Amino acid sequence: MKKHKKVYVYQGFERFWHWNQALLIFLLALTGFEIHSSYTILGFETAVDIHNKAAWGFIILIIFAIFWHFTTGEWKQYIPTTKNLKAQAEFYLLGIFKNAPHPTEKTLISKLNPLQRLVYLGLKILMIPVMVISGLLFMFYRYPHGNEIEIINIDNLEIIALIHTAGAFAVIAFVLVHLYLITTGHTITSNLKAMISGWEDLEETEDENEVADKKENDHETK
Amino acid sequence: MKKFTKAIIFFLAVVAPLLIVTVALRKPAPDHAQLEKLRAQYPARHQSGVDHSKMEILQQDFKNPHQITEACLSCHTERGMELLHSSHFTWEREAFIPGRGVTYLGKKNLLNNYCTGVQSNEGSCMKCHAGYGWNDKAFDFTNQLNIDCVVCHDNTGTYAKATGGGGYPVMGEGGPDYKKILGSMGLPKSENCGNCHFLGGGGNNVKHGDLEMALLKAGRNVDVHMGVDGAHMNCVDCHSAENHQMKGRYYGVSSTNDQRMSCEECHTAFPHQKSILNEHSIKVACQTCHIPVYAKVNPTKMYWDWSTATRKKDGKGFEEKDAEGNVTYASIKGDFIWQKNVEPEYTWFNGTADHLLLTDKIDTSQAFVKINTLNGAYRDRNSKIIPMKVHRGKQPYDSKNLTIIQTKLWDKEKGKGALWLDLEWERAIVEGMKYVDMPYSGEHGFIATEMYMPVNHMVSVSSEALSCKECHTREEGRLATLTDFYMPGRDRNEWLDFGGKLVLLGSLFGIIVHAAIRFTASRRRKLAHQHKA
Repeated sequence: MKKHKKVYVYQGFERFWHWNQALLIFLLALTGFEIHSSYTILGFETAVDIHNKAAWGFIILIIFAIFWHFTTGEWKQYIPTTKNLKAQAEFYLLGIFKNAPHPTEKTLISKLNPLQRLVYLGLKILMIPVMVISGLLFMFYRYPHGNEIEIINIDNLEIIALIHTAGAFAVIAFVLVHLYLITTGHTITSNLKAMISGWEDLEETEDENEVADKKENDHETK
Repeated sequence: MKKFTKAIIFFLAVVAPLLIVTVALRKPAPDHAQLEKLRAQYPARHQSGVDHSKMEILQQDFKNPHQITEACLSCHTERGMELLHSSHFTWEREAFIPGRGVTYLGKKNLLNNYCTGVQSNEGSCMKCHAGYGWNDKAFDFTNQLNIDCVVCHDNTGTYAKATGGGGYPVMGEGGPDYKKILGSMGLPKSENCGNCHFLGGGGNNVKHGDLEMALLKAGRNVDVHMGVDGAHMNCVDCHSAENHQMKGRYYGVSSTNDQRMSCEECHTAFPHQKSILNEHSIKVACQTCHIPVYAKVNPTKMYWDWSTATRKKDGKGFEEKDAEGNVTYASIKGDFIWQKNVEPEYTWFNGTADHLLLTDKIDTSQAFVKINTLNGAYRDRNSKIIPMKVHRGKQPYDSKNLTIIQTKLWDKEKGKGALWLDLEWERAIVEGMKYVDMPYSGEHGFIATEMYMPVNHMVSVSSEALSCKECHTREEGRLATLTDFYMPGRDRNEWLDFGGKLVLLGSLFGIIVHAAIRFTASRRRKLAHQHKA
C-alpha cells in the first residue's frame, strides 16, 4: 500500500465558493420549481423574491470565482483529457465494486479525474452560462421597462422559459449524482471532510517533492 | 498570519452569507409619499366663483326648458357649440375603424344585448339624453336650445326628466323647482352622472356592474376612490373635461384609443415599490389586479334571454322575482340571471374596438355573435390585459337575411307595435326594422350574443389586489383563457417536464442500484476476509 500524506487540497476561497454555490443552487432549485408550480412551500411571491435575489448572489459569486480561477491558474484543472478516461469510467462501473484502486491519482495540480474534468467543464462553460443567460433574459425580457426605446425586447418568453426549465432539471440531476459520488473517495466521508476542512489524505506520488514545494510556497505566501 | 486567515475565512464563509441573506430579505420601508400627495390634492372641494342664485336672468318663471338653455347661453356663450360636439349630446363619434373606414357610431345607432337599441324607442331612451325633445329622427342636433344644461349641472339633486318624455322634464304642475335648481348650478356631482350611468339598462347596476348607486354612499371597501370614508372623490375628479369633452371611454359604443382615462395619470406608470410589479404594467392594466371583483354591493345582470319574452299569465304580462327581489323574468324582457361579487373575465385590449352594425351579416356557424369586439393580443405592443364584464344573452335576429334586429320596444300608447305594450314579437320587429330602414324577411330567431365591457371602477384597497397565485397557477387561474403567451407558474411543456422527471428518477435509480451493489460487494468482501481470518 502506498503512503498517505495530509495535503491542503482546497483553499479557503475555493471552499467558500463551493459551499455558497451549493446553498444558492439549493435555494434556486427550491424556489425555481415552486415558481414552476411543481409544489407550494414558500408561496409564489416569496419564491420569486428569493429566486431573483439568489440569482444575483449567484452571479456575483461566479464573477469572484472566475477571477479566482484565472489569477490562481486553477482553471487548468478543467482542461479535458482522454488519458485514463476509459479507465475512470470502468472504475465507476466495475472496479469500485471490487475495491479496486482509483485509476487517477488525486494531486494538488490535478485534483480532478478525467470524468470530473469533463463534467465540471461542461457545468462551467455550458450549464451555468445557459442558466445565467436565460435567467437574465427572464428578468430583462423587456428592458428598460416601460420605455419606448428598448434594448432588449423578446416577444415570447416561452423558448427562454423552456431552456431555463430544461437546464434546471439538468443541474438537479448533476447535484444528485454529485452528492452520491462524494461517498466514493478513499473512505465514505473523506471527500466531504476535504471540502469542509481543505485537508485530504492523498497518496504520495513520484512528484511528491514538487507537491511539497508548492505547499511550502503556498504557506509562505500566506 | 495564519490566525488572521482563519478569521477571514470564517467571516467569509459564515458571517457574509448571513449578512447578505438578511439584507436581501429585508422588506423596504413602505413609502406612500405619492399617495399622500394625491390624497391631499383630490378631496379639496371645488369652490365655484359664481353664485347662480344671484343671477337675475335665472329668477324668471320659465315656461319651457328651452328658455333655460337660452338663459345659460346668454352668459356661457360658447358652451352651446361645445355641447353640440359632445358625445353626451350627439350620441355618436367620428371614428376610423380598420375595415370599415370612417364611421359615425354611438348609442344613437348601435345595438347591445340589454335593451338592444334606442332607434324607434327614443321617446323612452332619451330620458338619458342631455337634450330636449329627441323623440324620433326629426330631432335637430344643430339647435343649441335643444341642449339640457340642467341635467348635468343641477346641484340640488332634484331635477328629473320625465319618463317617456323624449328628454323633457315633467312640464307644468309638478315640474322641477327651477329657481332652486338654477341657483345651485355648478360642476356635476356624482349623482348627476349616476342618474344615467348607474341606472343604464333599466335599473340600478343592470348594465355595468361596477357603476351603481351604492357608490354614492359606500366606503373604501367598495371603491377606494369614491369611498365616503376615504378620498370621497367625484366622478369628474377623474373624468375631467375640457370644453365638455369628458375623459373616459366606454367600449360598448367607442372605437378608438384616445380620450381614455387612465390610472397612470395620477398614479404614474411606476406606482409600486416592487419593480417586479411595475414590470407587470407593461402587459397588465392596473384594473386587472386592483379590481378583483365587481358588483360588490348590488347584483348586476349577467344574462338576458329575450327569446322567452311575451309569455302571458291570464292574458297579461307578469314578472317573477328571486329571494333578493331581483326580477328574474319579465314578460316584456325575458329571463335574466343576476350576480353579485363577480370575478371579471380577462382579455387583451389595445384601446380599439369594433361593433356589430345593423347591416352586418351574422356568422351563424359561431357559438355566439360578438356585439362588440375588443381588439388586442399579447404580441400587440399597445395591448394590456384588462378585466371585463361579459354580458351574454339571446336576442332576435333575421334568420333569413342574417342580420341582427332592431326591435320597437316602446311607444306612448298601445297598438302601435311596441313590444313592451303589446307583447307581440312580429309586429315589434317589423316596426323596428322599418324605422331603421332595414329589410326584414319575416322570419326571426334568437341568437346567442356576447358583449364585452371593460371594468374600471370599484377599485379595491391595495390589500385586496390579486395575489400572484391567482394567475400564476397551473389550473383555473384568472388568466386561464388567455393562451397566446407563456406565463411562469401556469404554463409548461409537458414533454419537457416529463423528460426532466425521467432524468431525475433515472439518476436516483442509478444511484440506488450503484450504492446497493457497492454495499453488498463490500459486505461480501468483509465476510470473505473474516472467513480467511
